[in-house]
Amino acid sequence: MPGPEPGGALPLVFENVCFDAGGARRLHDVSCRLEAGSLSVLVGPNGGGKSLFLRLAAGLLPASAGRVRWLGPSPAAGSSAIVLQRPVLLRRSVRANLAYPLRLAGVPREEAAGRITRVLAATRLSELAERPARRLSVGEQQRVALAQAGVRQPAVLLLDEPAAALDPGATGALEAAVRALRADDVKVVMSTHDLGQARRMADEVLFLHRGRLLEQTPAEAFFQEPKSPEARKFLAGEILG
Amino acid sequence: MSGLGDAFHTAFRLLLSWDPELAEIVWLSVEVSAAALALAAVFGLPLGALLGIARFPGRRFVVAATNALFGLPAVVVGLVVYMLLSRSGPLGSLALLFTPTAMVIAQTLLITPLIVALTRQVIEDLHTEYGEQLRAHGAGTFRAVPTLLVEGRFALATVLLAGFGRAISAVGAVIIVGGNIAHVTRVMPTAIALETSRGELALALGLGILLLGISWAVAAAAELAREVARRAGA
Repeated sequence: MPGPEPGGALPLVFENVCFDAGGARRLHDVSCRLEAGSLSVLVGPNGGGKSLFLRLAAGLLPASAGRVRWLGPSPAAGSSAIVLQRPVLLRRSVRANLAYPLRLAGVPREEAAGRITRVLAATRLSELAERPARRLSVGEQQRVALAQAGVRQPAVLLLDEPAAALDPGATGALEAAVRALRADDVKVVMSTHDLGQARRMADEVLFLHRGRLLEQTPAEAFFQEPKSPEARKFLAGEILG
Repeated sequence: MSGLGDAFHTAFRLLLSWDPELAEIVWLSVEVSAAALALAAVFGLPLGALLGIARFPGRRFVVAATNALFGLPAVVVGLVVYMLLSRSGPLGSLALLFTPTAMVIAQTLLITPLIVALTRQVIEDLHTEYGEQLRAHGAGTFRAVPTLLVEGRFALATVLLAGFGRAISAVGAVIIVGGNIAHVTRVMPTAIALETSRGELALALGLGILLLGISWAVAAAAELAREVARRAGA
């Protein structure tokens, strides 16, 4: 499936991004570059700011301070699609769910049909295409949500704990679908609290704790020798205060 | 008891005999209320949905005003429409007073606030569930309106049923603007009012039961459609 031009809009850059809500600062001065190609995984304890980070990257929330920018050679091509932790599918077939964002984006019908067929195959949903999406299992629904995001051919695919509610079999199917979408040069940024999944998937790790980005490190280095004491405790299974 | 027994007996006799005058009254009742419902739905569904989704200064006031109009007295609506359509009124030249069209206008005005208020509630609840996801797909407020109307179709069918029920049972408005003219503007509620004033209580009750039967049949048809859709997994 032809994806976005590698590096067209990327890197996606966070410049001193802060986010305030309920009178408190939830994200503190986050700066990082998300380059094309690698699969970036956000890890950290609950409440650390992973979901906020992804929503800011998706443009669903505005930064209270700082900014999120596309700095690639063609920033106009910058687009992202996010899969929420609890995706809400429409009360229609799987195929119609995939067609919906394409119709919103004004993609011509013929091109949309082709893209949908390819994404259904990549995410192994072809046989379920005409089934009502809300009648599927949780794992299948999560893959539909992934396909719904992937069919838009975004520069960055943002996944918010996509396997949080899945059993090992469904998690394996989801990870295979993510890899299939990545084969089309889509940049993937995903959050997880499952360190096993992070080890399997990550090229680089961003460790967030209490709304601060404590490190952005290649995955191997992070798991062998994390820089921050918080990350060391987290990897050791200690409860972080 | 004998009164109620007579009423049921009369209702069944009316149904079985199905004389042309009764058929005319029933048909006109359904026709006028269905037209009013269609008009109220065209305006009320998108307006209610927009009110459920959009955030703007004074929204709470608009919501409260719509809810207040929910219980609008039918006679007041009839009176206002009468004043608008009477010969000396601003729309008098259209010569619509004492026609089925006047009755459609009155019923539309009567049920539109109800459709708006109930739709607003349904869509606001749906928007809580779908809002962020729709924004993630790139749907702004105006694009979200038709999507949520489709997603809420089963709940909204009940809203439309409520509107139809209020329209077809309204006496005050249609008797003022329609005049209850035989073969022209006589509908079931006005016929019931007339028979009651004549002392024909059994006939009035019989017509009432027939009216209830129509409302029930419409509700049952909607429920059946909903069940078929549910089984199909829609």
